Amino acid sequence: MLLIPGVILSLIFQYGPMGGIIMAFQDYKPWLGFFESEWVGLEHFRTMFEFDYARQVIWNTLVISVLKLITGLVVPITVALLLNEVYKMAFKRTIQTIIYLPYFLSWVILGGILIDILSPEGGLVNMVLGVFGIDPIFFLGSNDWFRSTVVITDIWKETGFNTIVFLAAITAVNPNLYEAAVIDGANRWKQTLYITLPAMLPIIIVVGTLSLGNILNAGFDQIFNLYNPLVYESGDIIDTYVYRIGLVNGDFSYGAAVGLFKSAISLVLIVIGYRLAYRYAGWRIF
Amino acid sequence: MIYKTKTYRIFTIFNYIFLTLAAILCILPLLHILAVSLSGSAAASANIVTLWPIDFTLEAYEKTIGNNNFLRAFGIAVLRVILGTAISMGVMLCAAYSLSKNDSEFKGRKLYIWFFVFTMLFNGGLVPTYILVTSLGLTDTIWALVLPTAVNTFNLILLLNFFRTSVPKSLEESAFIDGAGHIKIFLKIYLPISVPAIATVSLFTMVFHWNQWFDGLIYMTDEANYPLQTFLQSIVVRKDLTNVVDAETLRNLSQRTVEAAQIFITALPMLVVYPFIQKYFVKGIVLGSEKE
Repeated sequence: MLLIPGVILSLIFQYGPMGGIIMAFQDYKPWLGFFESEWVGLEHFRTMFEFDYARQVIWNTLVISVLKLITGLVVPITVALLLNEVYKMAFKRTIQTIIYLPYFLSWVILGGILIDILSPEGGLVNMVLGVFGIDPIFFLGSNDWFRSTVVITDIWKETGFNTIVFLAAITAVNPNLYEAAVIDGANRWKQTLYITLPAMLPIIIVVGTLSLGNILNAGFDQIFNLYNPLVYESGDIIDTYVYRIGLVNGDFSYGAAVGLFKSAISLVLIVIGYRLAYRYAGWRIF
Repeated sequence: MIYKTKTYRIFTIFNYIFLTLAAILCILPLLHILAVSLSGSAAASANIVTLWPIDFTLEAYEKTIGNNNFLRAFGIAVLRVILGTAISMGVMLCAAYSLSKNDSEFKGRKLYIWFFVFTMLFNGGLVPTYILVTSLGLTDTIWALVLPTAVNTFNLILLLNFFRTSVPKSLEESAFIDGAGHIKIFLKIYLPISVPAIATVSLFTMVFHWNQWFDGLIYMTDEANYPLQTFLQSIVVRKDLTNVVDAETLRNLSQRTVEAAQIFITALPMLVVYPFIQKYFVKGIVLGSEKE
């Protein structure tokens, strides 16, 4: 059947690694393989919870994710509402096209650009701040600034794209509702408050609950391309930690254990998110 | 328009100003990098370039394009996009065709759909995936970059839904009566009707492959095998100077202009195609949020 290639590829590359999870319960040595390596049970998980640094990493992940989740809803909704008030189509299209741009560039490219413009030695941003008499800030090298920088640059990249969903929801609102409201004397602000926003609520719930599953993600590509040892304290997240522990230091089992912890929690959160999205907004994947 | 109150007019003015500023903020960094890449090395190292090149020169671009490492990485990236998109589309179209049948025609359909959807919910994680790919001997081959990501469940569902909603069942049934088999129906009916959906998903896949860098970093042990984004990452982000350019270039040009030129060239294909892709993305998102 035509299904075979897809099933085989998925079996190998998606389900295969799931089998590899057993290494999280072993003291895996590549030269011994899965069958010879020593079993250590839950030791790696115990280490993870007792290790202050691992706890810090989980905390960083949560803080960055939650901040991104909230701003990732508020900013695109606001921009969508503002764009909806623009009646000059050419202007609206131009703005949309321009704000989508960063979405299509990889974090490597954006990372390169950001490292340059945020640099404390003559980066564009600090040049502008200098005009106002503000001392240069080392955005990517200071634990006070790193998280905010990550969240703001994430908004910068993603807002345009996330706006699409909300704009689509706004255009789907029945125009009769607005006409009725105008007759009742509602101004534009009241219409937004009592018609547009309630009409968008289901899609807001869907987007919000579905992002639950991403709460342990926090954006590997972005952090990896922006961080450096100076900001591990505030910026190291589970994925970057797993990469360094598992692949750079070669501590495969511990890395796999931390990764499994993340996947398992994410699975639970995704299922909860899907359930909630279905219950409150009638949304299903297929 | 009916709402022409004074407050609304003031709001409109502020709205236009705000949106214009937001848009400027989105392209400004890119323009700055472009200006740096076109500036003379003295001006670039002195950090006096803002949005307009100073001492205009194309030298950084000449050096970048003349740099064999850069060209090789570029070639690998192009190969990856072509090969990756072809394999991915082939596999996904076949799977989507089978899965688009009704439950009565294809028993176990639900089971297979869950088989794919489950990979969206749970994965083995970075380390086991890495171990698997390396133990299959894919390290340092292009296959490590294109095979593990060939099946994308989200795209598969997009195609599947398109097949189910856009291909008329009656057309398929009459073809069956005329004696056409599955393969023939798939090639002669489904594919031609679904060109818009196929174009959309192909574009998604191409963007993905062009922008992907991390697998290049972990699966390629020899830096000569890096695709462009990984190559760029090693220079611009990891500041791995062994990989940059020859010493002579570094003497004549500021490191900053060369980096800027490389960033810009890497971004260029996306800058050219994204206005077209954007339209498809909008449709795709709306399509994707529709229920079956």
